[in-house]
Amino acid sequence: MTFKRCSMKLKIMLELQHISYTVSENGRQKTILQDISLQIGDKQNVVITGQNGSGKSTLVKIIMGIIQPTSGKILFNGEDITNLSITERARKGIAFGFQQPVTFKGLKVKDLFKIILNQNFDCNECCTYLSQVGLCAKDYINRPLDTKLSGGELKRIEIATVLARQAKLNIFDEPEAGIDLWSFDNLVNIFQNQTATNIIISHQHKIILIADKVVLLNSAKIDKVGTPNEVIQFIDANKKCARLRGDK
Amino acid sequence: MMDAITKTLLEQTAGLHEIPQGAYNIRQDGKLLSRNCNEQIQIVSKQDKDGIDIIISPNTHNQSVHIPVIITQGGLNDLVYNDFYIGENCDVLIVAGCGIHNDTNQNSRHDGIHTFHIGKNAKVKYVEKHLGIGQNTGEKNLNPTTRIEMETNSCFTMETVQLGGVNYADRKTTASLQANATLVINEKILTTNQQKATTDFTVELLGDNAKVEVTSRSVAKDNSYQAFNSNIIGKAQCFGHVECDGILADHAVINSTPQISAQNVNATLVHEAAIGKISADQLIKLMTLGLTQAEAEQQIINGFLS
Repeated sequence: MTFKRCSMKLKIMLELQHISYTVSENGRQKTILQDISLQIGDKQNVVITGQNGSGKSTLVKIIMGIIQPTSGKILFNGEDITNLSITERARKGIAFGFQQPVTFKGLKVKDLFKIILNQNFDCNECCTYLSQVGLCAKDYINRPLDTKLSGGELKRIEIATVLARQAKLNIFDEPEAGIDLWSFDNLVNIFQNQTATNIIISHQHKIILIADKVVLLNSAKIDKVGTPNEVIQFIDANKKCARLRGDK
Repeated sequence: MMDAITKTLLEQTAGLHEIPQGAYNIRQDGKLLSRNCNEQIQIVSKQDKDGIDIIISPNTHNQSVHIPVIITQGGLNDLVYNDFYIGENCDVLIVAGCGIHNDTNQNSRHDGIHTFHIGKNAKVKYVEKHLGIGQNTGEKNLNPTTRIEMETNSCFTMETVQLGGVNYADRKTTASLQANATLVINEKILTTNQQKATTDFTVELLGDNAKVEVTSRSVAKDNSYQAFNSNIIGKAQCFGHVECDGILADHAVINSTPQISAQNVNATLVHEAAIGKISADQLIKLMTLGLTQAEAEQQIINGFLS
């Protein structure tokens, strides 16, 4: 049975107001996101799903400040953060887990934890976060964050660094990518047991089912916002219609 | 008694907080400051030119030799020849390095010519750090030459670091490896302002199963210039790998010129080189952890050169 966090008297943590993002491609304007408005409550698990190219990763990068929207406004705990830098947003309590974890030549796993824990490096504390993703701190803290680590190991370390930040808002871009089947249930448990607000980009049924709110993106727009069942039914109904129309 | 400048230079170039326990030879401003030998390690001044012979008896284990060079004057040209004779079956640590503190308007320069004769089955770790300090216009120039002759089954690991503040450096390293010998070279260089640093490696793999791994990491900032030239020659069934990575900033220039010459059908030689500015993804990742861009850049460079 999945645990749903109470949505009574929900405080709004993050509000997107009319976010649009267009780019110029070969002299033509291409719309990546169009008029996205969304409210995310405090301590909610929100899953953003949708087909490849629908704008999911761009949307979360806009929330983190990695991409600046063409228009629209972002409010975080009531404060307009639209023009704040990545650093300022991070310091206000937004954490970000990349879809493709970044590798470094020379930096070690413990160096990232030192940054996060403000140099008060404590192996036991690292152990807390690394063990949540199924890694033993002893084996990993001195490993360089380079391509000698497997994709799955890098991904788990990436998730552990997000957890270590103890941020108010965690953003995970396809956290299940590269995670093996054994670790997948652990990952789902992490999202269920977090006390922070989580925005998770995912295509996985199991992750969608633990969401308090699911946002379906389609061709740069929000197609549907609702509970997991509402969105899954909406997707199924659309698939049926497409079949009846003979769409491929 | 050593003064504060000498102590600082010794600490930063040779990791010495005080006079070391084992064998050592400390050279300051072209003259011998202090020396200690022991039963296994003899240090003898050369008669025909400036320099020393370091003779390590066969089967010497778990011992170290420190031979730092300190220059605290402007206008000094110091040329020294140091020859190391490492006996068979030794396992030793050799710490060299040169620190120049030049606060004058005259240039100072140290040319250290080091030749290593590594006996059969011997294992040597060689650490060399170079540093220049001083605010005035007098240059701090360092030109280390290292020649390594390796007998069968020997192993030589060289860690060479230029910590900064060196106006001009011309490093030349040559090595010849007999069968089953292993050479590992890790080089790290930071240049800033108008500094120039050139590195040349020539390694000849003469015997079967000889192996060389060269890793060079360089950071060039401001208007500085670095050149990395390597030439690995495989004359037997051998393995050679050279990896040169450079981070560029501002208007700096890094040139990498690889050369690999396989002269035996069973020689395997690889060269990899990557030069570029700090990747945006790396900066963004560290900024999402709360660092500013400048802090993130420093963290990446520190890690790269660590």
